[in-house]
Amino acid sequence: MVGIVGYGAYVPAHRIKSSTIAEQWGSDPAAIERGLLLSEKTVPGQDEDTITISVAAAKNALKRARIDPKKIGAVYIGSESHPYAVKPSGTILIDALGIGPHVHVADYEFACKAGSEAMYVAYSHVKSGEMEYALGIGADTSQGAPGDALEYSASAGGAAFIFGKTNVVAEVLFTHSYTSDTPDFWRREYQRYPRHGGRFTGEPAYFRHILGASRAILEKSGMKASDFAFAVFHMPNGKFPLKVGKTLGFTNQQMEQGWVVNIMGNTYSGSSPTGLTAILDIAKPGDKIFMCSFGSGAGSDAFIFQVTDKILEVQDLAPKTRDILNGKKIYLSYGKYAAYRKKILFND
Amino acid sequence: MADSARYHREKFHRYILEAQKFDSGFVSLPNRYVDPYSGSRSYEKINLKGTGTILSYTIIHIASDQFAHTTPFPVAIIETDEGARLTVMVTDCDINDVKIGARVELVFRKIMEEGESGIINYGYKAILI
Repeated sequence: MVGIVGYGAYVPAHRIKSSTIAEQWGSDPAAIERGLLLSEKTVPGQDEDTITISVAAAKNALKRARIDPKKIGAVYIGSESHPYAVKPSGTILIDALGIGPHVHVADYEFACKAGSEAMYVAYSHVKSGEMEYALGIGADTSQGAPGDALEYSASAGGAAFIFGKTNVVAEVLFTHSYTSDTPDFWRREYQRYPRHGGRFTGEPAYFRHILGASRAILEKSGMKASDFAFAVFHMPNGKFPLKVGKTLGFTNQQMEQGWVVNIMGNTYSGSSPTGLTAILDIAKPGDKIFMCSFGSGAGSDAFIFQVTDKILEVQDLAPKTRDILNGKKIYLSYGKYAAYRKKILFND
Repeated sequence: MADSARYHREKFHRYILEAQKFDSGFVSLPNRYVDPYSGSRSYEKINLKGTGTILSYTIIHIASDQFAHTTPFPVAIIETDEGARLTVMVTDCDINDVKIGARVELVFRKIMEEGESGIINYGYKAILI
């Protein structure tokens, strides 16, 4: 049996409300909240970035996995906000967690799907027998241009998963990926903010790829939506995941636990992985979990997990995702937020 | 400003709280050659758990250039549960909540950047628990 042996999430304490951003740009706060189903989002502190978020999430995963970090044979961080253009995030993380130096490390990028990519490769290494444990992380401090619709959603956070063969808490039953060249969202080198195709990000991008991957994995597994206790999809806003889930036959009851976007925002590479951690926090042995990510450019990775008896031993070993989200909150004004996100230019 | 070589040399105490426990029981972080109390040079390496108590603190209102845009922020002397005394920045807090005797946890954070094109220095800061 190959699957998740430890999982953990982390989101920063800082927040900005959708209404604060709407008021800044003269938009109607109620219309924004109703349209995007977003009430607030996380903001990285001035001393936080993808690496510190990854370290915090992976520490929680290690607490649950209860393994010697030296036994981890591969570490992959998926993000579109790696702090360095050239210098890996993963090398800093392994030294901060006591992993390695006998370890394979790489940083992944694939817009919002880099986290599930990292999970997929980590899982595959263990499945192949190449190593005992592998760590896959999705984390981001997402960028959104001032005044752009993305500014309401682009947030910060991450989730980490250690895959292994012993003491598995959620077995990976099936995976499936669906990918095509679709220019729905991108950021060129040296540009501060991403660009996107507006409505083009919907049907030809988000919905086509998630439905493509999800329908294929359901067919491959012979399962149907009603077989699952929980489902989570990439959450670029509140509406898209609920709509795509409904199209596939999932109910709001199956999706509500993993649907953390309304109080977290879109953590890009950390989005559906963080929703998965919120599900694992309350899942029961035997539960089946459906997960499908989406990354612009574009592609989706779908996973089917089955929770084991071991889940009950690890759920309380580290902070639960919804407890972190509902825990300490420091609300920012738009001015503070702009400074935190380096949207203000200072003198040298 | 730290330089890359020094930052690299000190990464294990900055990253995983690698400290020294001298024969006398004195615990030190960062590293030193001699226990100032017993004169001993004999020690073992330990990793601090990362929890402690604030012994004293101050609030920085006028900071050096590196931290000029983060003021006001607290800097505290904490004693870890193993007995090591460290000077740390306290983060993610209302400065009015920082008190002598408050319990803290050390977390991995960005300390500073060596300019726009230089390396990023990571290390420990404290959060109130």
